[in-house]
Amino acid sequence: MRTDTNPHGVDPVRMYVSIFGGLMALTALTVGVSFIDFAHHLPSGWLNVYNDAAAMAIALSKALLVVTFFMHVRHATRLTKIVIAGSMTFFLFLFAFTLADYFSRGWLGPPGK
Amino acid sequence: MSETVTASEAPRENYLNRDHSVASWLLTRDHKRIAILYLIGISIFFALGGLMAVLIRAELATPQGDLFPADVYNRLFTMHGILMIFFFLIPSIPAVLGNFLIPLMVGAKDLAFPRINLLSWYLYMVGASFTFVSMLWGGIDTGWTFYTPLSTTFATGQVLLTAVGIFIAGFSSILTGLNFIVTIHRMRAPGLTWFRLPLFVWAHYATSIIQVLGTPVIAITILLVGAERLFHIGVFDPKYGGDPVLFQHLFWFYSHPAVYIMILPAMGVISELVTCFSRKKIFGYHFIALSSLAIAVLGFLVWGHHLFISGQSVVAGTIFSFLSMFVAVPSAVKVFNWTATLYKGSVSLETPMLYALGFIGVFLIGGLTGVMLATLGIDIHVHDTYFIVAHFHYVMVGSAIMGYLGGMHFWWPKITGRLYPAFISKVAAVVVFIGFNVTFLPQFILGYLGMPRRYHTYAPEFQTWNVMSSAGATVLGIGYLLPVLYLLWSLKYGEKAPANPWHATGLEWQTASPPPLENFEVTPVVTEDPYSYPDGTLRPKEVPVGV
Repeated sequence: MRTDTNPHGVDPVRMYVSIFGGLMALTALTVGVSFIDFAHHLPSGWLNVYNDAAAMAIALSKALLVVTFFMHVRHATRLTKIVIAGSMTFFLFLFAFTLADYFSRGWLGPPGK
Repeated sequence: MSETVTASEAPRENYLNRDHSVASWLLTRDHKRIAILYLIGISIFFALGGLMAVLIRAELATPQGDLFPADVYNRLFTMHGILMIFFFLIPSIPAVLGNFLIPLMVGAKDLAFPRINLLSWYLYMVGASFTFVSMLWGGIDTGWTFYTPLSTTFATGQVLLTAVGIFIAGFSSILTGLNFIVTIHRMRAPGLTWFRLPLFVWAHYATSIIQVLGTPVIAITILLVGAERLFHIGVFDPKYGGDPVLFQHLFWFYSHPAVYIMILPAMGVISELVTCFSRKKIFGYHFIALSSLAIAVLGFLVWGHHLFISGQSVVAGTIFSFLSMFVAVPSAVKVFNWTATLYKGSVSLETPMLYALGFIGVFLIGGLTGVMLATLGIDIHVHDTYFIVAHFHYVMVGSAIMGYLGGMHFWWPKITGRLYPAFISKVAAVVVFIGFNVTFLPQFILGYLGMPRRYHTYAPEFQTWNVMSSAGATVLGIGYLLPVLYLLWSLKYGEKAPANPWHATGLEWQTASPPPLENFEVTPVVTEDPYSYPDGTLRPKEVPVGV
């Protein structure tokens, strides 16, 4: 959203530095959580994927920061935002249907077995 | 719309004769010249891929491996598939006809990014060159599908070099799609609303969405194959915690929609041809336009039907089976609307229309066998047999090339300013249709009888059908050769074309043949809906349609 003080969507340098710092901190966090085996500290469910979930959550946060600030999407037109949302939807299709295969293996066997 | 321009009124300077230097072609930013550059490029690779098809069919004329050892045969069908899919079928209609026509159809002077358009062609040529060098260097034997662990661990050929070629060519596809999307959004002539766009443009818009969204996935997947092969990173190798089936998911997430990159532009061409040669407003314009988008979206949700026996779960297989049948709905919408357009139309069997009718026939067979293959039980029965080979050739080759040739014959007078011989071109269209069906119908039978694909020897009882298929391939080869000869002939000896030889609607017919450098003398203003043919009216007899 453009404001009167920022009519052309140009952000101050300190904002970029802050985002860069945030990205570095999240990178350090990624390295940090890789040394923790969450499965030992949390109850194990049918999906023992805590480490993967943590790494993906951090990666997603970093991607959002890059897209929102470095790629100036927060200043973009509605059409650009629709394009990004559409792209993310197709990306989710890829993940959702692929994981649907992995998660449902063994639910049903071939007929007669 | 404005008055048409006749040949005598055509400006003497056009995009072809403005500058004859080699540099003016190799550094051009004109979408029309870039389309011609693509035409030359894809024709070379079509000829190479076709030569390999000839060798494959020659080998399969007898049950024994007479001509090639198994390893050479594996490399032949692999390179045939790679050249035809990545370097002919995918770029054929969008990069040649789309490049040439979309700015003309939307009333623009060029595509939105002319320099990027030229870059796309160079990327295509560089990618194709890598692949060609890999062929000369021994090629690869993985099949065009690069399945792991064969491609990552066991294959000995030029996998990396070929993969790099496809990776680079992928960027060409992405940039072309991006250029089309921006052009269609931003550069339409005054009055050209979304629902006044020609259906060719709608089809290319849907195609571009697939190109932009799908191609990066295959690029990353091929990179991962390279990384796995070089560094054993373990994404696909179970020894390091990877999964070969993951490769198939990623590969088909692009490669199934890639079928729609090949077929949707052809459908766009057919929509133009059917309405023009029926002299009738197209039936169900909105449904045809939106069915292109529906195919683009649904096409991304069906890839798992390639994995029915690859270890994919039964639940996922069932979901993908249902979705695969569902994508038949928008495809059928198009076929029904084309046939409804023919009803009570004044149908004239000009050469482009023969290809359009041929398209409807072969697409119907390809599409319906697709529904059969979406059924889990049937797919398991015929998996990896010639039934599959016949099915995808009907969809990707029969339909896409019928569309490509139909489009080339329709817009050739616009592109070159010359007419081609009418009679011989009609003969060629019939020869292509007969040759195609004689080649691939027997393969349905072979597959159903159990002949597996990708072997250079087979059981003797399959020979009759194989001989028929090889004979059909010879006829098909002649059918493809004829247009090359008479279209080249027409460049020098063909009668000069008027601006609108078919009396068609659409902005591209409102400018001279060939068009001037910036397409239109004055930016056109669109005031009416597309395809405003007076329904069922016969075309004036004096209109020249050939020499």
